[in-house]
Amino acid sequence: MPAQEDADRKSNGNKTSRRDILRNGSVLAGSALAGAVLPETARAAGEADKNLPPNVPEWMQVPGADVSSEPYGTPSPFEKSVIRNIPKNLKQYTSASVRTPLQDLDGIITPNGLFYERCHGGIPTIDPAEHRLMIHGLVEKPLILTMDEVKRFPSQSRIHFIECSGNPLYTAIYGKTASDLVGLVSCAEWTGVSLKTVLNEVGLKPQAKWVIAEGADAAALTRSIPIEKCLDDAMLVYSQNGERLRPVQGYPLRVLVPGFEGNMNVKWVRRLHVTDQPAYSREETSKYTDSMPDGKARQFTFYMEAKSIITRPSGTHKIEKGFNEITGIAWSGHGKIARVDVSVDDGRSWASAQLQEPVFTRALTRFRFPWHWDGKPAVIMSRATDESGYVQPTFAELAGVRGLNSIYHNNAIMPWRVADTGEVSNANVKA
Amino acid sequence: MPMLKLEILAAPLLLAIFAVAAHAESSKFGFGRAPTNQEIAGWNIDIGRDGKELPPGRGSVQEGRTIFAEKCASCHGEKGEGGVGDRLVGGQGTLASAKPVKTVGSFWPYAPTLFDYIRRAMPMNAPQSLSNQEVYALSAYILNLNGLVADDATLDAKSLAAIKMPNRDGFVPDPRPDVKNEACTSNCKN
Repeated sequence: MPAQEDADRKSNGNKTSRRDILRNGSVLAGSALAGAVLPETARAAGEADKNLPPNVPEWMQVPGADVSSEPYGTPSPFEKSVIRNIPKNLKQYTSASVRTPLQDLDGIITPNGLFYERCHGGIPTIDPAEHRLMIHGLVEKPLILTMDEVKRFPSQSRIHFIECSGNPLYTAIYGKTASDLVGLVSCAEWTGVSLKTVLNEVGLKPQAKWVIAEGADAAALTRSIPIEKCLDDAMLVYSQNGERLRPVQGYPLRVLVPGFEGNMNVKWVRRLHVTDQPAYSREETSKYTDSMPDGKARQFTFYMEAKSIITRPSGTHKIEKGFNEITGIAWSGHGKIARVDVSVDDGRSWASAQLQEPVFTRALTRFRFPWHWDGKPAVIMSRATDESGYVQPTFAELAGVRGLNSIYHNNAIMPWRVADTGEVSNANVKA
Repeated sequence: MPMLKLEILAAPLLLAIFAVAAHAESSKFGFGRAPTNQEIAGWNIDIGRDGKELPPGRGSVQEGRTIFAEKCASCHGEKGEGGVGDRLVGGQGTLASAKPVKTVGSFWPYAPTLFDYIRRAMPMNAPQSLSNQEVYALSAYILNLNGLVADDATLDAKSLAAIKMPNRDGFVPDPRPDVKNEACTSNCKN
């Protein structure tokens, strides 16, 4: 073995010195340009075309960076504009949210570094060795678990979206980009243990009707989850897209309640209090309740209803005449997306888009719709229908029933205007 | 020959399946340990809407005024009018208007929730730093600013739980799906 390592090192060493020579040579050639080493054609084409045919691109003329030069990989430097959409000039950033750049993403999985963030007391740094999950209340056997013990339970992995309940506020439908509008939704493959398995381990007393989950953050955020959901598809999650949760997503452990509003997926979960009634915590009375025109507020509005948005082309994009693929995402807290219709004539007629298979329950579903744009002004939009038969409403329909002060649960159709220049903008904003 | 191989393989496989099923039935893994009562008491800070978990202690409006000025006013304003932090005062009678003002006084349905929230999450720069006495005093002061307790009031578990908040009956269950759209495909109204 040592002999082999030695041989490897030697070969690497040789490679390095050879590459360094080449690299230095390339720097010289670059600064002097049009040196004798470059072909005649490169000189004629100039700096801008120097890597285009028929020239040989400069990155083919030297070895690239060392494999393993980045212990944890990062995107290409040319993708540095693809970042979270961070609101400017907030009063504070401890209880705040930042959005996923939906218009820059493909498929249905949100990369961990771009997953939307919503925190109520900042992002805690938690050593998993010092984290504990306590389960108590109306149980036969209260329990304290270490993270190692949580991970010993049978594991499962499932793909689900999480969406902030206010995405967007009823008074905030005028954003420029798809991210400005509904960037508080993301989707990942989650790995953890079924909450049912853990509750079975402690044994529920017959009066157990709710589980109050509490985060180990500075907000000690608490939400009450109905026992039916806890015994259905809820999970305690420690991994996201194959790696451990990021700190902002609840490292080392979070609750996942698929299809329920985002804040109920309690992050940094440290305590599950089994009770016979909800906590009626601040987050489920004065916040995350939906105010109606008559002054009453709807409470325990858990499910995120079916929704979709075209992410390409979308606000701030510019398209060319001819073929354009319309694509976007659809999702429903009530199950699978059954159908997405697209209109390119401001809602007068609709045709079904193709859904990316497989369609997962309570997960983002990618849709695609081929379109030949004739260069005339158009308004394009998408409309989701889920497996329960529920059809995504227009904003006018929603506001007609709920008014404009509901804050949460706005799942309206979002229309984009395409101008004759090809420029795309939010059609909720008067032209 | 292939048949024989299959049978040999099948026997242990069946045993394994039975073993898994048996384990699922008993479904006790035996991980972790039981917390002590002291451990539970140290972490369980939940106060329900009826306030039956409220701890011993008491605090006055006057004490609350002093603590508020020192630890809360920089975010919530001198008189709870709001700033970096939420507005805490006023707004009663506005909930059915075009611009509802939602505060502790106008919107919060249960007074014990105020104790629960202040104790677990406030002040934002030092949560869980206040004593129970301080939390009672701050609750009393904020309720006083909203005209819900007298200037000379002192609150404890019993008196805080007894306060009836103006918007106590202001919440209704989720009636969704409440908005219907049709999956129209042609000649649709736009």
